[in-house]
Amino acid sequence: MTFKPRFLAATLLATTIAAGPILAAEMHPVTGEPLAEDQTFVYRQLDEFSSVDPQVVEDVDGSNVVRDLFEGLMNQDAEGNLVPGVATGYTLSDDKMTYTFTLRDNAKWSNGDPVVAGDFVYAWKRAVNPELASPYSWFMELMSIENAAAIIAGEMEIDALGVSAPDDRTLVVKLTKPLPYFPQMVTHATTFPVNPAVVEAFGAEWTKPENIVSNGAYVLTEHIPNERSVREKNPMYWDADNVIIERTVALVINDENTALTRYLAGELDRTEVPAGQFPRLQKDYPEEAISFPRLCNYYYTFNLSDTGPEAFKDVRVRKALALAVDRKIITENILAGGQPEAYTFTPAATAGFEVPDIEMAAMSQAERDEQARELLAEAGYGPDNPLTFDMIYNTSEAHKKIAVAMSQMWKQKLGVEATLANMEWKTFLEVRGNQDFELARGAWCGDYNEASTFLDLLTTPSGYNDGKYSNAMVDELMASAATADDTQSIYTEVEQVIAEEMPIIPIYHYAGVYMMDSDVGGWPVNNVEQNWYSKDLYKIAE
Amino acid sequence: MTAYIIRRLFVAVPTLVILIVVCFYLMQAAPGGPFTSERPLPPQVLANIEARYGLDQPLWKQMWDYLVGIVTRFDFGPSFAYKDRDVNDVIAQGFPVTLTYGAISFVVATLVGVSLGVAAAIRHNTWLDYIAVGATFSAQALPNFVMAPILVIVFTWQLGWLPGGGWNGGQWQYVVMPVIALSTSYMASIARITRSSMLETLNSNFIRTARAKGLPERTVIWRHAMKPTMLPVVSYLGPTFVAMITGSVVIDIYFSTGGIGRAYVDSALNRDYAVMLGVTILYGGLTVLFNLVADIAYAWLDPKIRY
Repeated sequence: MTFKPRFLAATLLATTIAAGPILAAEMHPVTGEPLAEDQTFVYRQLDEFSSVDPQVVEDVDGSNVVRDLFEGLMNQDAEGNLVPGVATGYTLSDDKMTYTFTLRDNAKWSNGDPVVAGDFVYAWKRAVNPELASPYSWFMELMSIENAAAIIAGEMEIDALGVSAPDDRTLVVKLTKPLPYFPQMVTHATTFPVNPAVVEAFGAEWTKPENIVSNGAYVLTEHIPNERSVREKNPMYWDADNVIIERTVALVINDENTALTRYLAGELDRTEVPAGQFPRLQKDYPEEAISFPRLCNYYYTFNLSDTGPEAFKDVRVRKALALAVDRKIITENILAGGQPEAYTFTPAATAGFEVPDIEMAAMSQAERDEQARELLAEAGYGPDNPLTFDMIYNTSEAHKKIAVAMSQMWKQKLGVEATLANMEWKTFLEVRGNQDFELARGAWCGDYNEASTFLDLLTTPSGYNDGKYSNAMVDELMASAATADDTQSIYTEVEQVIAEEMPIIPIYHYAGVYMMDSDVGGWPVNNVEQNWYSKDLYKIAE
Repeated sequence: MTAYIIRRLFVAVPTLVILIVVCFYLMQAAPGGPFTSERPLPPQVLANIEARYGLDQPLWKQMWDYLVGIVTRFDFGPSFAYKDRDVNDVIAQGFPVTLTYGAISFVVATLVGVSLGVAAAIRHNTWLDYIAVGATFSAQALPNFVMAPILVIVFTWQLGWLPGGGWNGGQWQYVVMPVIALSTSYMASIARITRSSMLETLNSNFIRTARAKGLPERTVIWRHAMKPTMLPVVSYLGPTFVAMITGSVVIDIYFSTGGIGRAYVDSALNRDYAVMLGVTILYGGLTVLFNLVADIAYAWLDPKIRY
């Protein structure tokens, strides 16, 4: 049985006192499903979040909370499509460089103040303010907002930022170049408004539950770091009548197996499935074990810089290693959570991205192995001259299993000797960032749902290109994609160049693998970014 | 005695300063920094952040500012990883939790451990002794990171008696499993030390004399044997108490208690310099303090010891 007498008591009390129209209805207004009396959603959170300040938050767990507490110009729906948030819509100028957002007149802060365009201007200027030193200030630069880069560099006054509020209902944003995915970027936490009066009054303390004022569907009522945080429905939210979940509780549970046990004990409505356990859970709990694609990739990158090994400069060696990895074994036997095998860098789930025909993907594993042997022999490696190198990954059970499997595949099929080394996270990042490696694990989750968020990583100027792959054609194509109307053909071409040159070995694309209580309705499984909002969820009566 | 205590407290100050200096440099020597991330920050953004936290200053200056902050404002600096909080917040939130379950575990481990050890020694080579020795060996062989998930499986999932984690302000249901998981192996050690110490004492000449005088066994044990038996136990209890109240990362992780042990390990992984230093100073201070307390207890137990 669920052990939460205090939750239950508090929720019952809350529902008796403040029974809103939605609870009286007892049916979901759209799906018609009967609604449970206790509308509390409890989920597991891996780690304590970095902050709930929209301009400061930098982690996924924190962003999940911030999306409930604050509402930006636009939101995402269950499919990841843009839907109005505080803005009812926007217009784009002819030169595609000025966005004008119209704000709704009924948006309110939790203290009753109206949400005005000036709140956004204040928040965006705050994000680029060198004094706040937001770790996500680069996001404003990525959004190409006029003068953002110069302000961050301290070369310009903050007031020069290309955002203004001609009146309370209008927000005008000026860009330095056309950016087709700009509207998608305003669903990101960094762009959410803050209440200037509250931030000024409380300073760094303003995010404490006793001080915080927010404009989203929920308010933060309790936060005990490393234990739990609670957010409760905000009666001032403009669409509060359609918000069904009364209370969302995030429990910090670091160990995924303990989290699973607590889920099975009924303490949680959602938790992640530990690697390899999905088939068993799916058999025992077919209604609850779910898997769906996510916007992240998993790969190994060759060090192609001057400090990298000579062997990897030969494309035949890179291809041979990529071919000999039996991805099916990794996705079906090791991870076993419905992850798709990867032959491209960009996940198939990415919006507007069609997976191009890659030769390797169409071959059988036996054919791949055969070709790998040939290529490696051509490159001059064999029993008398075996290829040896080091591969590194950050410490984790799952990464270790995959690395061991890969090295075994190479050893058995190609006689290659790969030496494995695991490293603690920050050390690993330092080593990889300094090109002090030969072959290193990598993974990337999209910042926005468009292929360039992945493919930009493989361009020469990218700060995230740790393998230092450099190809003029890729650089040129990606530069042209920023302003092109038909980007799909460009991304196809880039993926084909990558498949030919193999600067990285794509292994698999992530899946969201959850145990989700069958009485939770509205979880956005089709939102590959997994940007979820408690306001769109509901608990079904059992 | 008073002079001794004052002298010891004076020595504590340079001890802590050396601890801070060594820790400060070791921390900086670890690869990566608080703002190293998978998504490397643009240099300008990184420069802004470092300027904000004073990390662009030379190391000696950073350390000096840090020490001045502690002495003048009792300010142990900000947390780099949890930006809504500073070090004082982290300690103020985590330490009471750890202190609570640690102190309870200590009392439980000491009471049960000493009783078990004494009982086993008095009934030497009887079934009670064998059971006690067997139980302590098994308990020591069962590390708390194995025990914690087993407890959750049994008491939360199977029986549904106790919540699987959380702290909830220290409500008793939330404290039970952390205390069991933390105290068991200490309890076993205490029982083993007590048992062998008691056996040794019972074989010594003054006990033989006491028995020869015809004193009842109870008086022999409680009046004469107990004090010398406790000497090695007390020297074990001093550091044990500090270890228990400064927390266990295993307990904090498996039971989501929000204690300081987890915060300490996280601070090392996150290179959250100020938190790491702050907690180290706290641990160092407590270690110095309780070693002193153990020494004083020693003098009380053993009249031969004079300071």
